[in-house]
Amino acid sequence: MSQQKTKHRSDTKMVPVPSQSIVPERDINDIPVLETRHLGIEFGGLKAVDDFNLTIGKTEIAGLIGPNGAGKTTVFNLITKVYEPTSGAALINGRDLHGLSITQASKLGIARTFQNIRLFDKMTVEENVRIGLHNRIKYDMFSGILRLPRYWIQENKQHEKALELLHIFDMEKLADEEAGSLPYGAQRRLEIVRALATDPKLLLLDEPAAGMNPRETEELMENIAKIRDQFQIAILLIEHDMNLVMGVCEGICVLNFGRVIAKGTASEIQANPVVIEAYLGKKKEG
Amino acid sequence: MKMTKAKRNRLIYNVVTFALVIIAFFVLQSMIDAKTITRSLKGQLVPICCWIVMAVSLNLVVGISGELSLGHAGFMSVGAYTGAVVSGLLLNVYQIEDASARLAIAIVAGGLMAGIVGALIGIPVLRLRGDYLAIVTLAFGEIIRNLVNVLYIGTGDGRLYMSFLTKKLPEGVVMLVDGAKGAVKIKPISTFIAGFILVLITLAVVLNLINSRAGRAIKACRDNRIAAESMGVNVTKYKMTAFVTAAVLAGMAGALYGLKSSTIVPTQFTFNQSINVLVFVVLGGLGNVLGSVISATFLTILPETLRAFADYRMLVYAVVLILVMIFTNNPTIRSFVNRLIAPFKKKESTPGGDAQ
Repeated sequence: MSQQKTKHRSDTKMVPVPSQSIVPERDINDIPVLETRHLGIEFGGLKAVDDFNLTIGKTEIAGLIGPNGAGKTTVFNLITKVYEPTSGAALINGRDLHGLSITQASKLGIARTFQNIRLFDKMTVEENVRIGLHNRIKYDMFSGILRLPRYWIQENKQHEKALELLHIFDMEKLADEEAGSLPYGAQRRLEIVRALATDPKLLLLDEPAAGMNPRETEELMENIAKIRDQFQIAILLIEHDMNLVMGVCEGICVLNFGRVIAKGTASEIQANPVVIEAYLGKKKEG
Repeated sequence: MKMTKAKRNRLIYNVVTFALVIIAFFVLQSMIDAKTITRSLKGQLVPICCWIVMAVSLNLVVGISGELSLGHAGFMSVGAYTGAVVSGLLLNVYQIEDASARLAIAIVAGGLMAGIVGALIGIPVLRLRGDYLAIVTLAFGEIIRNLVNVLYIGTGDGRLYMSFLTKKLPEGVVMLVDGAKGAVKIKPISTFIAGFILVLITLAVVLNLINSRAGRAIKACRDNRIAAESMGVNVTKYKMTAFVTAAVLAGMAGALYGLKSSTIVPTQFTFNQSINVLVFVVLGGLGNVLGSVISATFLTILPETLRAFADYRMLVYAVVLILVMIFTNNPTIRSFVNRLIAPFKKKESTPGGDAQ
């Protein structure tokens, strides 16, 4: 791991796009990887997310922040099709997600990690990554049962690719460990590797630094930037660790009570009185 | 490619499983040749093979795919009746005298039929989340039993006759399935060798499936459905794969089982039998194929061995079951046993629990 100080991303030049959002200037000519229009969901009359508009550039690292219960994870669940929105639409690379299943959405290039880690606990680390490779390096069931040549070729490819991906976090040595037995931080990293294995265009990270110590968080920041640079993908992350968010995110979106209250770069968000009020409450007058 | 620890453990596990079955076969076969085998054990050989196949295939559903199926004996009965009809048809209509050819075709037909029935049940049920499969398979086992009660199939004039609810077959037809009497006048053609081959095929299919892309997908759906879906795994498809494969294998076991004696009665394949197979699986360890083989073998022999106790047979059987469960699952006893065998184990832990 390099010792160099993480480069702060907040100096990326952001430019406005028609959908009341900002994207990095370098992505302005590409189709945005994610575009949501008036996205919303109601649970029995309660608007958990309402009129959510966000555009993310092709290689942007974006942050979604807000107080507890603001609806951040619900946004993730809407984008990944765990929930079907009750209003509005979400587009991945210009394709409408309406009516798709979680599996179909994944095939369009969305991958995610979970706030409460969801690894395949009883499988090995490598097998977990191989599940991520499920739709990338394929062979049919009968080649598997009859052990046809295709089985051996593709299994080898899966093995090599899995180790290559684990190398991002220097986890090759853990390949044979049971995923459920890994320490907490390693489990979080494995979830990211597994998500990357699906070859996503948009990576959603739900509180990737939760439970990590400051040193691990620092490493994670470097790695998030490294992953974006290496894979040229967009990353949207939910995080409560403001150092991480302000350090690595280019565009930040603040959610409160299911509604977007602010959008902007790190410095804009930090200076925004509405955001400060949402987090700390209103200053008493007089 | 370098062999990893997990891969080596998996290989050892598979080799041990196959070796055990093959050695057991040759020992028993030589006992048969030398005529040193007891009568009761000899009669048990084919059933043992059938129950091994049943246990291993149910383990694929319950242990590997994580769905509870309570109607596995139903698939067995589908296979048994199909096998009986096909075998009778081949003998009476197509005049195929070769017993092993008839047996092979009957087993394949039994497997196919059970697979089709399995797919019909699985398609609606496995799309749902929750324990619906247990409820539906439970009902299925009973429905099949009652359907067969009013099914009449016979051969005559070089063709197959079939009627449902009432016996409306012409005079002079040779009955194959006669309603509540079950399948009748079967020429017993099952052999121990056929059973042994079926066990080998089952082990190869299940172990190879587990250690392949499809098998990992099945396990992923079991461990965490939402995560599996998010990784692009089609959960319904892989749950179906496991369920239908298990149904096919159970159907094959059923055909072999049905053709071992001259009649099959509907009361042979009751809910109790399904539970019995489930006991084999749970006792052998969920997801542990070798465990299923061993527990199916011993629990098939045990009730026969206990025949001397007559009335107390089921009581002793139950006590043995409870003791085995305590011994294999009680952490204190397990750690004690582990300490006992620790000096004999170098450093590697044996692959247990899951057939990796």
